[in-house]
Amino acid sequence: MSAQSQLGPAGVGAGTAPIPQIAVRARPRWPRGIGKFKQALFVVLVLVLSILFVYPFLWLISASFKPQSDTFDNRLIPTTWAWNYDRVFEIAPVATWLLNTLWIAGLGALLTTFSSAMVAFAFAYFRFPGRNVLFGLVLATMMLPSQVTMIPTYLIWNELGLVNTQYPLWVPQLFGSAFYIFLQRQFFLGIPRELFEAARMDGDSYWTMFWRIAVPLAKPALIVTFIFEVQAKWFDLMTPLIYLRDTALFTLPLGIKTVLDQFGQGGGGEGEYHVIVAATVILTVPMIILFAIFQRYFIEGIATEGRKG
Amino acid sequence: MASVASTAARGPRRAPSRLSRFRERETWYAYAFILPWVVGFLALTLGPMVASLYFSFTDYGVQQIAGFEPTKYVGAENYRQLLDDGKVRTALGNTLTYTVMMVPATMIVALALAMTLLRIGKAAGFFRTVFYLPQITPPVAVAILLLLMFNGSFGIVNSSLERIGIPGPFWTSDPSWIKPGLVIMSVWSVGGTMVIYLAALHGVPQQLYEAAAMDGAGAWRRFRDVTLPMISPALFFTFIILTIAGLQNFTEAFTAYFGPGQAGAEAPEAALMYTIYLFRQAFQFFNMGFASAMAWLLFVITMIVTLVNVTVSRRFVFYQGGPK
Repeated sequence: MSAQSQLGPAGVGAGTAPIPQIAVRARPRWPRGIGKFKQALFVVLVLVLSILFVYPFLWLISASFKPQSDTFDNRLIPTTWAWNYDRVFEIAPVATWLLNTLWIAGLGALLTTFSSAMVAFAFAYFRFPGRNVLFGLVLATMMLPSQVTMIPTYLIWNELGLVNTQYPLWVPQLFGSAFYIFLQRQFFLGIPRELFEAARMDGDSYWTMFWRIAVPLAKPALIVTFIFEVQAKWFDLMTPLIYLRDTALFTLPLGIKTVLDQFGQGGGGEGEYHVIVAATVILTVPMIILFAIFQRYFIEGIATEGRKG
Repeated sequence: MASVASTAARGPRRAPSRLSRFRERETWYAYAFILPWVVGFLALTLGPMVASLYFSFTDYGVQQIAGFEPTKYVGAENYRQLLDDGKVRTALGNTLTYTVMMVPATMIVALALAMTLLRIGKAAGFFRTVFYLPQITPPVAVAILLLLMFNGSFGIVNSSLERIGIPGPFWTSDPSWIKPGLVIMSVWSVGGTMVIYLAALHGVPQQLYEAAAMDGAGAWRRFRDVTLPMISPALFFTFIILTIAGLQNFTEAFTAYFGPGQAGAEAPEAALMYTIYLFRQAFQFFNMGFASAMAWLLFVITMIVTLVNVTVSRRFVFYQGGPK
């Protein structure tokens, strides 16, 4: 399978959609087509299923507008309305957590994107001794469970006196990440080599070739990397759990987890679930916004990942 | 993995002579470009790996971190303890049970959704987005949804079940229902797998179905003899990814059932995943040596499972254009 067919620079530079969407074709799968009636049945089935899939979101959002006594109520329109969000920001520094997560996720993703791009470009374009062995190593690290390196890594940060700071959350992003290196390399390989040869004829430096030619052309792959990493940071509970002690340093997932422990019944709270529900909405909505903006990239990124198998 | 070698070999041609290349500027630029990864690999992967292997044969713990006591070599003691520790067995059992339920369930639901989407024409794009939504829900939020919706007494799941006359179980407190609850929430986030299958299904040449139909193959036979073999690389890929994810599952179970305050005294044993026990050993009890041994056991299990998958898959996975 050529790199062309994957993220494919098919639309690159032509001003068309940067990532060719995996268009869901309208043509029926079966040779003689499936009847209109059967298709209608499938539509109804999908409709029912999609309600099942979206319902938890709708219920969550609606519950966040209900008073404490009604949280578990299974009605989408609250009978009595309540504004729980004030209370969330009162009981915990949620605004601080949100800002922490935003900048850590943003900076971390930016660093990963560019460090991975540099490495990926080198593996795609340069010829150098040991290239294949090193690239094999890059791929091999994807197999390693993070639990194996977790403890010594913690001890390193501890030795540096940087436990209970936010550095361990974003500094490692400076060094590229195997999965993204792999993804971007495939993309760089799809850029015609002649483009680079021509640039060299013009006397461009290697850095210019990377920065002025490769990076702009690989924008779709870079965007996929960026949003995947933002998502990864937004999902991550274990790293903040290991490194952060001060409440003011927390990221949202860890913060909301402590809210759950304090106010849910499991941790001895009084079961103020209306607050927990509102906090959960605050945790989730930024991801929904990110997805709404970059939907195509999410889906094409995942589909590409699958095609690598 | 077989694919590793072949992808590495693709790319630009290799230079004629290896040593002479060190005289070229290109070579040094290349090393400069991959420097970030090399530094990260040495400092945050290889170094820690070696250290972790070493710690797994020592009694490294709180005293040693603080420098009160020297680190003592204890041989295979930690590994022997792994076998004796009943909680390790419980945790491993929980993780395996969860994985064995979650992987097939996710794959079947994802394939069913993808195949249904293929049959509804133009609206498929919209619904693909809808089914993908749960995938972007943070795991902490997923865990909270699990606790609230599946609450035995008040949850909307049980109240809905009651309406159709089924008494729902106590999902979040009955030990035998805790893992099914976690599995259901994982299956809810089936979107990514579904998108991969959808892409694979689009790659199946239409002529194959036509030819099969010509030969009188029914819907089931077309599915079994055309669809499944043609998308087997995607099935295999997701199988491995999901299995690894299952073995390392941490956040949902931890968020829902393990509060940092209560040190796990009342936490249900049925939710004690392997990585959760590892985390507690390392960062709550600071038994770093023992936790390192646990991590290496997890690594070995992951490797074995993946190798078995790769070996077995040789017989079933069909790559278009010959084996890779």
